[in-house]
Amino acid sequence: MSTTAAPREVSSPPPVPKVPAGGRTIRQRLNAFDMKVSPYLFISPFFILFLLVGLFPLAYTAYVSVHEWGLISGRQEYVGFDNYLNVLGQTNFAKATRNTFSIFLISSIPQVIAAIAIAAVLDQNIRARTFWRMGVLLPYVVAPVAVALIFSRLFADQSGMVNELLGLVGIDPIRWHAEVLPSHFAIATMVNFRWTGYNTLIFLAAMQAIPRDVYEAAIIDGAGRLRTFFSVTVPMLRPTLIFVIITATIGGLQIFDEPRMYDQLGQGGSDRQWLTLTMYLYELGWGPQKSFGQASAVAWILFLIIVVIGLVNFMITRRVATTGGKS
Amino acid sequence: MRTTRSRVMTVTAGMASLALFVAACGSNDGGDSSSAAGEGGGESSDEAVTLTVATFNEFGYEDLVTEYMELNPNITVELRKAATSNEARDNLNTRLAAGSGLADVEAIEVDWLPELTQYEGVFVDLSDPELEGRWLDWKEAQATTEDGQLVGYGTDIGPEAVCYRSDLFEAAGLPTDRDEVAELLGSTWDDYFAVGEEFIASSDVAWFDSAGAIYQGMINQVDNAYEETDGTPIPLAENTVARGVYDDVMAASVGQGLSANLAQWSEDWTNAFQTDGFATMLCPAWMLGVIEGNAAGVEGWDIADTFPGGGGNWGGSFLTVPTQGENLEESQKLAAWLTAPEQQIKAFVAKGTFPSQVEALDDPELLELTREFFNDAPAGQIMATRAEAVEVVPFKGPNYFAIQQLVSDAINRVDVDGTDDADDSWAKAENAFDELGLS
Repeated sequence: MSTTAAPREVSSPPPVPKVPAGGRTIRQRLNAFDMKVSPYLFISPFFILFLLVGLFPLAYTAYVSVHEWGLISGRQEYVGFDNYLNVLGQTNFAKATRNTFSIFLISSIPQVIAAIAIAAVLDQNIRARTFWRMGVLLPYVVAPVAVALIFSRLFADQSGMVNELLGLVGIDPIRWHAEVLPSHFAIATMVNFRWTGYNTLIFLAAMQAIPRDVYEAAIIDGAGRLRTFFSVTVPMLRPTLIFVIITATIGGLQIFDEPRMYDQLGQGGSDRQWLTLTMYLYELGWGPQKSFGQASAVAWILFLIIVVIGLVNFMITRRVATTGGKS
Repeated sequence: MRTTRSRVMTVTAGMASLALFVAACGSNDGGDSSSAAGEGGGESSDEAVTLTVATFNEFGYEDLVTEYMELNPNITVELRKAATSNEARDNLNTRLAAGSGLADVEAIEVDWLPELTQYEGVFVDLSDPELEGRWLDWKEAQATTEDGQLVGYGTDIGPEAVCYRSDLFEAAGLPTDRDEVAELLGSTWDDYFAVGEEFIASSDVAWFDSAGAIYQGMINQVDNAYEETDGTPIPLAENTVARGVYDDVMAASVGQGLSANLAQWSEDWTNAFQTDGFATMLCPAWMLGVIEGNAAGVEGWDIADTFPGGGGNWGGSFLTVPTQGENLEESQKLAAWLTAPEQQIKAFVAKGTFPSQVEALDDPELLELTREFFNDAPAGQIMATRAEAVEVVPFKGPNYFAIQQLVSDAINRVDVDGTDDADDSWAKAENAFDELGLS
C-alpha cells in the first residue's frame, strides 16, 4: 500500500520558481519539462502494464469474438454478433450459467459468513494465537488442482469416503457426480476449503484495525458479546467486506480448476452437471470445435456478467453496511 | 470514512494490478516457449544439431535417445514428456496456433491425429520408399492423408483381447483355462453378452466394467462410424449404424444388467479392481499395465486370446515432424530410426508399448514375453495374434473425436449416472450434435 501511496505525495509538484520575463534557459526549460512529465513517468509502469495485459487483451478478445476464428486456422470472415447469438442459444451455455451461479452462491455465501465468524474468534485473546492464525491459512497453500484431486476422491460416488461416513450415520449414499446439486456442493466444498482461511485473515486484519476504545465504550454501555459484534465489528468491517465480496465474486464466477479436475474427463460431467462458464469457454476454444470466436464471445459475456454482479454487490454491501453503521 | 474508502480503492487497485501481473506471468510460460530447435539448418551431417522429441505417458524412449546420440555424435536429442495424451494434445494445439514452440518430433495419438492433419502443410510428408511395408497396413493407413501423404511414423498399437478373472469364473461355474474361455466367449458380441448373462445368473459380480468401453470396442469395428469416407459428418439423427451399436450396448448393460456402471478412469472404476467389481474387460495391449497397477494384489486375472466381432484396435500413436522445425531432414531421420522394429522392440521391453511394425511381431523377444500377473499368460504371443486379427480400419475424420465424445456422454448418462433412459439420452446427443454446427 505504501508504494502506491508514495508517488501521490511526490507527484504534487513544488511551486515552480518564477521565470524571468526575458525567457528561460535550457536548464529551466528542462526543469519545467521534468516537473510536468516526470510524475506521469513515475506512474506510467502501472498504466503501461495495464494497457498491455489488461486493456489490450480485452479489446482483442472483443475483436476475435466478432470473427469466425479457429484455434489453428486463425482469423476467417467477419460475422458480427453471430458468435454471441450462437453461444446464447446453446443448451450448454444455459447449463454453464446455471452451474456457475449455483456453485458461486453455494460457495461464497457460507464462505464469507464463516470467515467473519472465525476471524471474530481469532480476534479474541485465545491461547497460541499465531498458531491458529497461520493454521487457517494452511489450506490456501495447497494448489487448487491438488485440492480438487483429493476431494474428487473423497466424493467418489461408490467408493468415496464421504459416502462411507454418511453411511455410518445411516444416510443413503449421495450421487456426488451424477446429480446436479450434490456435485455443486462438492465443488463448493473445495472452494471453501481453500478460500475461507484466506478471507478470515483479511477480516482479522481489518478487525484488529478497529479502535479498541469503541469496544470499551460499547461494553460500558452494557452491550454483550453478540451485540458488540453485530453493532460494532460488522459495520466497521464495511470496506473489507466490499473488497472480500468483490474478489469472491470475480473468483467465484471464474471458477475453473476445481470443476475441471472433479472427474477424470474434465468436461463437467456426462450431462454437464458441473460445467462452468470458464470450462465452457475452454471447451469451445480448445475442444472439438476449436472456435476462438465463440470462446471469446463467452469470455465477453462472462466479463459483462461479472461487471454487473460486481456493481450490484457493491451497491448492496454499501447500503447494508451504511445503515448498520450509522444507526 | 472518506479516507478508509479511498484506501480500500487503493488496495483494490493494487490487488488488481498484482492479479494482472500474475496473470501475465501465467500466460507467459504457456505462450512463448524455449524453442530449442537446432542452431544450424545446414545439410552437412557434421554440424552440431539439437533435436527435441515430445512424447506423453511412457514411450520408453529414454535409453533409445542416448543410443542415438552415441551413434550420431553431432546430434543432441532432448526428450520432453507430457503426463497425458490430453495434455500433449492441448500443448500441440496451442503451439500450432502460436506458430512456434513445437518440438522437432511430436508424438500424436491416433484419435486426435485427423483433427490436426486436416490443416495443410502443418506436418512434413514423411513417405519414404525405403520404409514401405514397415508397419501393419491399417496402421500406415491411419496416418495417410487423402492425397497420399504419410504424416506420421507408427509407434505402438493397441490390439484388443479380453481379460478376465478366472477365480470369479470358477465361482460361477465357468471354465477358467484361457483357451477354453476363448472358445466359450465365442466370436460375436451376442455370444459375449450371452455368456455374461449366464455368468451373472450365478454371481453377484458384473460382467464388464463399463458400457462406454464396450461401445469403444464395437464402434472401432465399424468402417464409417460417424463420417463418410470423404470426411462429411453423418448427422447423428440419421446415423443408424451408430444408433444400432448404441442400442446393443444399452440393451446389454442396462437391459441385461451386465455392466458394473463405471466410467473408465474414474475413481470408482479404479477402486473396483480391488473390490471384485467386474469379471471381464476389453483389454488393449496397453491396458495390461493398467490392470496390473490397479489390481495389484488381486489374483486371478488372465488373458483370453479372442475378441468379440473379430479383431479390434484401440489407440496407438505416431511420430510426426511439424513443418515449424528447423532441421526437418534430421528430425525425419530420427523419427524413422525411433520407429524401426529393432528400436520399438526395446521400447516394448522397457515400457510395454506394443509395436506396430510387421517385423517386430515375429520377433522372438516379443513372442516369448509372458506376464506373471496374468497367470503367466503369453501376452506377447496373444497380442501379436490379436494385431493380425484386426480387419477393419475405422475411418476417423476431423470430427470423429467430437462426435465420439457426444455418444460416449450419452452412454455415461444412462450407464453411469442413470439420469436419463437410453432414448432420452440419445435425443440429447442428437441435440448436442446439432449445436456443434458441423454441417
